[in-house]
Amino acid sequence: MVRLLEASPAQGLGLPLSVGGATLSEVVLGPVWSIAPFAGRAGALAEKLGVALPAPDRVVSADDVRLLWAGPGRALLVGGVPPDLSGLAAVVEQGDGIVAVALEGLAARDVLARLVPLDLRDVAFPEGATARTLLNHMSATLLRTGPQAYEVLGMRSMAGTLVREIGEAMRHVAGREEL
Amino acid sequence: MRVACPFCGDRDRREFTVQGDDTSLRRPGRDAGPLAWHDYVHLRDNPAGRLHEIWHHDPCGAWVVVERDTVTHAVHGVTLAREAAR
Amino acid sequence: MRVPGRGLTQDARLVPFTFDGKGHAGRDGDTLASALMGEGVRLVARSFKYHRPRGVLSAGSEEPNALVTVEGVPNTRATVQEIWDGMSARSQNAWPSLAIDAMGVNDLLDPFLGAGFYYKTFMWPRTLWERLYEPVIRRAAGLGRLSGHADDAPFEKAWAHCDLLVIGAGPAGLMAALVAARAGADVILADEGARMGGRLLAEVDPVEGRAPHLWADGVVAELREMPNVRLLPRTTVTGAYDGGTYGALERVGLHRAPVAHRPVECFWRIVAKRAVLAAGAIERPLAFPDNDRPGVMLAGSVRTYLNRWGVVPGPRIAVYGNNDDAHRTARDLAAAGLKVAALIDTRGEARIEEAGFPVMTGARVVGTRGRLGLAAVTVEGVGGRREFEVDGLAVSGGWSPAVHLTCHLGGKPAWDERLQAFLPREGAVPGLVACGAANGVFSTAGCLRDGLRAAGESLEALGLAVPPVEVPEAEGEAGTVGPFVLASGGRQFVDFQNDVTVKDIRLSAQEGFQSVEHMKRYTTLGMATDQGKTSNVPALAVLAEALGSPVASTGTTTFRPPYTPVSISAMGAGGQGVGFAPQRLTTSHQAALQRGAPMIEAGLWYRPSYFPRPGELSWRQACDREVAMVRHSVGVCDVSTLGKIDVQGPDAAAFLDFVYSNTMSTLPVGKVRYGLMLREDGFVMDDGTCARLGLQHYVVTTTTAAAAQVMRHLDFVAQVLRPDFDVQCVSVTEQWAQVSIAGPWSREMVQAVVEADLSDERLPYMGCAEAAVLGVPGRVFRISFSGERAYEIAVPARYGASLWRLLVAQAESLGGGAYGLEALNVLRIEKGFITHAEIHGRTTAFDIGMERMVAKGKDCVGWASSRRPGLLDENREQLVGLRPLVRTGQITAGAHLYGRDAAAMRENGQGYVTSACWSPTFETALGLGFLKGGRARHGEVVRLVDAMRAVETLVEVTEPVFLDPEGGRMRG
Repeated sequence: MVRLLEASPAQGLGLPLSVGGATLSEVVLGPVWSIAPFAGRAGALAEKLGVALPAPDRVVSADDVRLLWAGPGRALLVGGVPPDLSGLAAVVEQGDGIVAVALEGLAARDVLARLVPLDLRDVAFPEGATARTLLNHMSATLLRTGPQAYEVLGMRSMAGTLVREIGEAMRHVAGREEL
Repeated sequence: MRVACPFCGDRDRREFTVQGDDTSLRRPGRDAGPLAWHDYVHLRDNPAGRLHEIWHHDPCGAWVVVERDTVTHAVHGVTLAREAAR
Repeated sequence: MRVPGRGLTQDARLVPFTFDGKGHAGRDGDTLASALMGEGVRLVARSFKYHRPRGVLSAGSEEPNALVTVEGVPNTRATVQEIWDGMSARSQNAWPSLAIDAMGVNDLLDPFLGAGFYYKTFMWPRTLWERLYEPVIRRAAGLGRLSGHADDAPFEKAWAHCDLLVIGAGPAGLMAALVAARAGADVILADEGARMGGRLLAEVDPVEGRAPHLWADGVVAELREMPNVRLLPRTTVTGAYDGGTYGALERVGLHRAPVAHRPVECFWRIVAKRAVLAAGAIERPLAFPDNDRPGVMLAGSVRTYLNRWGVVPGPRIAVYGNNDDAHRTARDLAAAGLKVAALIDTRGEARIEEAGFPVMTGARVVGTRGRLGLAAVTVEGVGGRREFEVDGLAVSGGWSPAVHLTCHLGGKPAWDERLQAFLPREGAVPGLVACGAANGVFSTAGCLRDGLRAAGESLEALGLAVPPVEVPEAEGEAGTVGPFVLASGGRQFVDFQNDVTVKDIRLSAQEGFQSVEHMKRYTTLGMATDQGKTSNVPALAVLAEALGSPVASTGTTTFRPPYTPVSISAMGAGGQGVGFAPQRLTTSHQAALQRGAPMIEAGLWYRPSYFPRPGELSWRQACDREVAMVRHSVGVCDVSTLGKIDVQGPDAAAFLDFVYSNTMSTLPVGKVRYGLMLREDGFVMDDGTCARLGLQHYVVTTTTAAAAQVMRHLDFVAQVLRPDFDVQCVSVTEQWAQVSIAGPWSREMVQAVVEADLSDERLPYMGCAEAAVLGVPGRVFRISFSGERAYEIAVPARYGASLWRLLVAQAESLGGGAYGLEALNVLRIEKGFITHAEIHGRTTAFDIGMERMVAKGKDCVGWASSRRPGLLDENREQLVGLRPLVRTGQITAGAHLYGRDAAAMRENGQGYVTSACWSPTFETALGLGFLKGGRARHGEVVRLVDAMRAVETLVEVTEPVFLDPEGGRMRG
């Protein structure tokens, strides 16, 4: 019996990677679905889902399932499969197209400062926040998951570039420590 | 230059693509005639002063209208293109 | 020479280094300039044009003379570069040595090398200009030499955000940062120097009753402990930009031996709600004959070298200035036990207390002696001329506030007659306030108070309360400054780096280049790497005098970023090599590499070009075989890179009717239609397919390189042009791995992995279906780009690699295999299918023979413009096929088409070739191109000329399709 074998987006890229005060590892997100309500259906959608779609730059969590704000009128359901939402929203699977990594450690914020133009101070990007931004030249979703923990979601095809550029920033930050 | 995306907040200009002034908000009807269409596709005012421009915030996909002063570079307001007056 | 007991680094450890191959030792914390001075080395450079012996002029980044090559990096300022163990530095612009420089002869030719000499000399004979004069001048010009190697040292870029950016950590900046930090603001304090303190490290007047550097150290220590403060020493803020954004260059690792992964420099972008400019002031020299000898230095810098580093140019020093501040240098030198040969003040009314050394007021320096180093100065005063034997001359023409950043957004500074300097204009940079010496406040006490004021203004704007702060006691004497005095005769240098003299400026005015902008460019004054920091104001004084007008009306040139030079490596950090752009790889990438496929870049994607088999010697052999494989057996190709956009909603059909030129609302569910998207000016933007999976569910495909552009366009239509449509578009390019299977055996291959009935009745040509692929949810599309029966299978990307390998193995077992872009291109040219080579942005649907694909009954993007008569003219260049008359004839893309007997000139141009290939199927070259009125000229013979590749071929104009025009092979 022939079956197709799965490969994760960051397979073969040398993760987890630990350099200085930061660690980079692949995150298995599980199912990821884009949910975009049709005109005037946001209310009915919230009822069917059991929760309203998150406000911009916010994450709504329940158990292991998260709803991330993902753009105007859109959210990403991470870690779960949505119920039948026909007629209420465009529901599109997105998980295979995403590479997800976790960047953690005392140096994690300094590493990100080399990669994203975002204000990463606690006041601007607290735990539970998310943002759509650029990581060097790539569009990416950034999540703050802990005091010194972040998740980065990028496009699967650019996984190699993502891991390489974050790794380089980690080495540069660690390189300063010896001064 | 920094522009405030209504969803994402204050962001650096590098996250945006500038399409040009907001003429696109006033698209003529299909049969409005060649002069109206020539005007719409090719002719633009170039004021030294306030201008409404259409910008795209690439990371989140929002199209916005930015009111900007071309002389002082001050940004006077950002609204969603979807909700802009036509 | 070293002065025992002086300097803040006298107890630091010794650091060995070399200069021009000779071993030296300095102290940890020395710059190369202070270390060389301590070793008694005064001669460090030869000037740019005249190759005059030069020494260190200043103690900072404004240094115009002491440019050296450090570890292969040219034009490094010795006054900024800190020494490290084993560092190797070399002088520039001298051969064979600094002391004996062959090009020193230029100094004798100075009458011929004045400002703008290249417009007036070296003109005869004309032929010699290109052959001799220009190459010689070009080789002689330039300062420093590039290594010739790629720079692979690590550089980085970084972002920082704060409430308040304080630029400069002298007394004003430290005060401002302290107050703001105590108020709870997020503060970034940046200073050019390795150690924070600014002039507090160079002066001796007490602050709070202690040595000034101790007060500075105390403030820095307090700031370092505060979590809301980021200290950035060795960081020059290089530019002020819109929106409170500042660029800054940090020297991260230049003061230590290089180490892998430690960045050499970091280019910062700092976003600050408010900023305080406390960048201090830059001293300028006076002009007098031979004022550029090694040992002539700025008076304030002499104090810096003495008090901070404990070194002086020599034991006997004279001081010359037009202001009170210069007197401090004489005072400090005398207090250190050095011989002050004389204190010379140009102002007759200057009052100086008896200080144990000769004082001359109302006097001027009129000449100097000492070719390789200052030996004596001649002074003309009330009692006539006198010569003093000296090793150093400390010169001061006053101080210029460092206003540069305030001008970066177009502001012009204002001339202050009393201070004889330019002051920043308030509000020139929104959100930035200048204070301290940068704002014309020249006493320490004044700077401390002014720093507090600036912090107060900034905190108020931030909505924070000013905490109670005591301003420490300090000296409060700013002193006065007199005008520039201008002498006559001799070589009086103004811009030391570009060797521009007073005579050059006067010549410029005389020849009509009288505006300061013209004078700058005609003389090149202020255009060197020091950007005129020490020469700008003296030059204006000379120009004003030559024009007979006051300096205030002479104006000043524009200051632009960067304030000091920024290496391209720093600005482009991370952008070299693969870092230039993201690499997009398909899920079959590894498998393709393992099969030895070379890669081609298609936009950001990497796609295999061909799959060589053992025994194949060239790409053509592989390509020909792959084409034959697809035509006679079956081929497998990864087509995941084409854009795929999911379109859903109640108005999905209407939306697509508006976006496509043809009609998609009539497409039945389960069918696929080829479509064109136009630009609003009527030209074709992209082509692709549209598959209908449901009544309100479509999947749109785009060409690989246009995917992002089309996605943005769909968003644009949905949000800007037609927000009335209830539709959602989401990119699924990355979600699905998609593989094309093409050839006579394609159906069998696809049926083997898809668990659904794929007979021609259930899945006809241009049909689509959702179906399980080896147990995994997938999609099947029956579309062809090769002209053969073909299918595309889509599976979630996690299965992409696995699916591709499986299909290729299957195909190989049938006598086929994987094929790449070269074969893909040949197959589609044989079939006459177009790509962006044909829809290159200036062709219309009419030009490519698809006028009927622009539906007449509806509006769409580009509809109105596409109806313009000029875009429907029969004489436009129309898509045709091209076939050489003789089988060996070559066709190249980019070649031009002419009438058979017409000369190959622009006026006779009839068209051009867009695509070309060798067709193994027809055993001839084939091409597609555009020919004026081409559709009416089938059968005609035209001449193809490619002047760049020296190709000339007679070709027959044909229908733009060679293989199977009826399409029977595809439709099965």
